[in-house]
Amino acid sequence: MSNSNVQTKTAGAFDVRNFIGALLAIFGIILTIAGIVGFTPDEAERTGGVDANLWTGIGLVIAAAVFLIWARLRPLRIVETPDESTDTGTEAAPDTN
Amino acid sequence: MEAIRLDAQWIDYLLIAIYFIFVLGIGWFAKRGISSSIEFLLSGRSLPAWVTGLAFVSANLGAVEIMGMSATGAQYGMPTMHYFWIGAVPAMLFLGVVMMPFYYGSKVRSVPEFMRRRFGTGAHLVNALSFAVAQLLIAGVNLFLLGTIVNRLLGWPLWITLIVAAAIVLSYITLGGLSAAIYNEVLQFFVIVAALLPLTLIGLNRVGGWDGLVDKVSNDGMLGAEQLSSWPGEQLSGFSNPVLSVVGIVFGLGFVLSFGYWTTNFVEVQRAMASKSINAARLTPIIGAFPKMLIPFIVVIPGMIAAVLVPQMTQFKEVSANIDEATALEQTGVTYNDALLLLMREVLPNGLLGVAIAGLLAAFMAGMAANISAFNTVFSYDLWQQYVVKDREDDYYLKIGRWATIGACVVAIFTALIAGNFSNLMDYLQTLFGFFNAPLFATFILGMFWKRMSATAGWVGLVGGTLSAVFVFILAETGVLDLPGQGAAFLAASTAFVVDIVLSVIVTLFTTPKPAAELRGLVYSETPKSDFEDLGEPKAPFWKRPVPVAGVALVLVIILNVTFG
Repeated sequence: MSNSNVQTKTAGAFDVRNFIGALLAIFGIILTIAGIVGFTPDEAERTGGVDANLWTGIGLVIAAAVFLIWARLRPLRIVETPDESTDTGTEAAPDTN
Repeated sequence: MEAIRLDAQWIDYLLIAIYFIFVLGIGWFAKRGISSSIEFLLSGRSLPAWVTGLAFVSANLGAVEIMGMSATGAQYGMPTMHYFWIGAVPAMLFLGVVMMPFYYGSKVRSVPEFMRRRFGTGAHLVNALSFAVAQLLIAGVNLFLLGTIVNRLLGWPLWITLIVAAAIVLSYITLGGLSAAIYNEVLQFFVIVAALLPLTLIGLNRVGGWDGLVDKVSNDGMLGAEQLSSWPGEQLSGFSNPVLSVVGIVFGLGFVLSFGYWTTNFVEVQRAMASKSINAARLTPIIGAFPKMLIPFIVVIPGMIAAVLVPQMTQFKEVSANIDEATALEQTGVTYNDALLLLMREVLPNGLLGVAIAGLLAAFMAGMAANISAFNTVFSYDLWQQYVVKDREDDYYLKIGRWATIGACVVAIFTALIAGNFSNLMDYLQTLFGFFNAPLFATFILGMFWKRMSATAGWVGLVGGTLSAVFVFILAETGVLDLPGQGAAFLAASTAFVVDIVLSVIVTLFTTPKPAAELRGLVYSETPKSDFEDLGEPKAPFWKRPVPVAGVALVLVIILNVTFG
């Protein structure tokens, strides 16, 4: 934005990356624990010997970390314009396109 | 059809419950930004391209896509890839490179509104009404599929599932509008991948890796190795001649059907219209093309694995090949549509099973949410504001948008019940609405590049094209034309396209064109180049510009076609 009237600031507004990160992290932790404590011979037979919950859990925790770090490194910019027209985006959006 | 009960445990229900808390939470948080109808119905045109790009793909990744494509994979194998690599990616790139500047640059709020500005109210009314009715119908079909699957998996009665699912969609869309729908589509995308990627890998592990799959599929004693290469795909197209089959797939599926669907369908285009700049709008379908290329690997391949790994599915396929599908269903109690569910039951441990069920439920609801969020925009702006109550304050139309959402959810429940009782009727209606797409594309592309094309030509072409498609369809149904497989659909769409172009040209020559001054932003030659660029934005590096990124996607999709051809 090159308009001098526009102020940008970072804020703890709604950021879908935090939502994705949080959900994947919760899923990942639950699956990892399930994989550690609950890997039964029956499961091993289904998956062909792989502890699928554990590996998927670890993968999800890593993916979650990527989203949370991305949201931390490139926070949302809230664009504040003095005159509000309907075409001006006021909602937060990470500048990544 | 018997129930395929999945052995869901408390851990699976826990994961599903957590997911639904997030779905509703997104609706709640997205509510903050909404104070005008544009924010409710078009997300205030504020979203970044990666968000709208993933939503673009997810909006289409519903019940029909996931169950249907894994079913086709189980039945025919790799030729199913055509629905992605030929039937989607090229059209998505074309939408981003060629057509999106008109949609976004003219600041219209919907695809039918573009129709009205370019061709006036005749073509607009045809387009807006058929779109709105089709969305209600498809929302009902999505809801019905969701209900039947929950019923078969978890044993809930159909009517309870219908009401619960409609209530969840309703609550997050009425709260958060299009933003809530789009954010949920993005979240859903990752949950689907988290479910289907492990499913594919574990399935491959069970059949002995890629080599094991190749070996088992080639020696299945039915279609054999034909299922391992996507071309020429005779089984899929229904043409026994390989050359005709390739021509049919490239022109029928790849050009007329897919361009008609992807470039004029407001459900898809709406995601791009919600983005924050013209550059982001053009990048939306182009960014979406990359995941679209890779999705078949976690949808079609599991279908192929199911057909060689799960005994019930193998048996079904053998009996259908030797006798017919009805007998096979009678003997095994399953159909191709169950391929993915059967594989889930066969290989997934509890825990991952919960993630997979959450992902499927999410996909089915997102499909319905996409239909409803597109419906409420067209209803509010194109029907209510245009023809019923004009010139009211914006708050009024925001309220109408919310009421339209509630009304659409209620109607969808009833359409779902009709779909359950009269499935043939619904098939015919869906086919019928499909006939609108090919002529729409013809009219739009001609109207965008030929300034002389008149308003009368707009609606005459649309109506004539659609009727000609219906005519071909009836000839094929009554047996006058004998076309197997997808042949009739390809021919109907192609006929509609040609008839639309010919009629439009003839009618234009005898009618007055619109004054050039009214065509800015709508027709290529009448629009200054600067309208198609973001003012005041510094020029983006090449990897953030639509045309180079689309070029990379095109090269990749060609490589995929050659590698797996």
